[in-house]
Amino acid sequence: MKLRSYIIALSIIVALVLQIVPMPLTVDKFRPDWVLLVLSYWALALPNRVNVGVAFFIGIVLDVLMGTSLGVHSFALCVNVFVLAANYQRLRNYSIWQQSVIIGTLSALYHLLVFWLQHLQTDVNFLFNYLWPVLPSMLMWPWVFALLRKVRRQFRIT
Amino acid sequence: MNTMFTRGPSIVSRLALALFLSVVLIFVDHKYDGFASIKVYLNSLVSPLQYVASLPGQILSSSAERFTSHQKLLEDNRLLTLQAVIMSEKLQRFELLQQENTRLRLLLGSPISAPTEKMVTELMAVDNNPFSLQIVIDKGAIHGVYEGQTVLDDKGIVGQIMEVGTTNSRVLLLADISHAIPLRIARNNVRLIANGSGELDELLLEHVAHSADIQVGDMLVSSGLGDVFPEGYPTAIITSIVLDESRPFAQVTATPIAQLDRLRYLLLLWPEDAPTRPIFQDYERALETVP
Repeated sequence: MKLRSYIIALSIIVALVLQIVPMPLTVDKFRPDWVLLVLSYWALALPNRVNVGVAFFIGIVLDVLMGTSLGVHSFALCVNVFVLAANYQRLRNYSIWQQSVIIGTLSALYHLLVFWLQHLQTDVNFLFNYLWPVLPSMLMWPWVFALLRKVRRQFRIT
Repeated sequence: MNTMFTRGPSIVSRLALALFLSVVLIFVDHKYDGFASIKVYLNSLVSPLQYVASLPGQILSSSAERFTSHQKLLEDNRLLTLQAVIMSEKLQRFELLQQENTRLRLLLGSPISAPTEKMVTELMAVDNNPFSLQIVIDKGAIHGVYEGQTVLDDKGIVGQIMEVGTTNSRVLLLADISHAIPLRIARNNVRLIANGSGELDELLLEHVAHSADIQVGDMLVSSGLGDVFPEGYPTAIITSIVLDESRPFAQVTATPIAQLDRLRYLLLLWPEDAPTRPIFQDYERALETVP
């Protein structure tokens, strides 16, 4: 009973850790957006518990972890989670591969938003490398989805 | 699940509020640096996550250390002994030169450069944020680290401290796009400013006149102007010069001497006019007093 109420928080913490685990430079640019994936799942499954507010808070944590100005990642995450939470009834009926295309699009939007917000502050140039995580995110979505659904059913989180 | 009668404001107004807050935060943080003091606490708050994230790497490297062969250790030992002998020979000459320099400076009546205190630190995490080149090191406010402090590796300048946490701090690398460092050419004392390019192995030297005496391969050392970096530490080597007369300035690039992509042990410097003094653990103090 005790564990049950912390499952969502726990899954998000695991995602945050995966997001910042040091990796060799060659693999690093293919790192999936773990936080975005996990938040997306919860926003689709339980939009009454995880929506814009949680995304804002997690975004701030991500900003502190990544060393960006406070607010950059929270802005991008809020937009993405809003799109999912506002359309959850339609998106739930899509097949898993259609969902993963949508997650890929949202991931691209996420990276572009983060890039634009950074571009306003410093004149960073756009490199195509910034969009590499989109593909791994799409490929990881079915697995994240299946795993988190199993967790959710196992612990009967509502 | 009860979604028909959700409590609280609607999701659109929540989004509007969150986006508004984000924009305000970005603005205050970036334009006015309004969270400098809160960020220390925030960094300390999230540091457990960073420790957990760096665990797999640490376990890997410690098990790799455990399984190194006897042969390899002997080899390393031999190499290090050789290196120590060569270094100590250099050090003997250096001491002599230092004494000579002090005497000459006394004669000229110019101020004698004060000794700097140093502390060895280890890399804890590398940020995977592609827009900004930063690393996290395992020394923080309780060791006396301060903002703007110089960080070196065994070859040259790595960057400066950007944010200080309680037990760790964040280093902005030389090659970050928002970083610039005043330099001079060791050969002829021409002064330059090197901006980061966002790529680990490239610095851009801006506003260099076409007539400036620069050659590919020139060594750039920190000039000490700007009061952030102490003078005389090797920083970069010039790699290319494009003299295009249709442009107002020459396009010069350099590559950092410090190996920014394979940092492990780093050195923190405390010059005499630093706002804080280093606070050593016992074993580090013992290291310091080794002649």
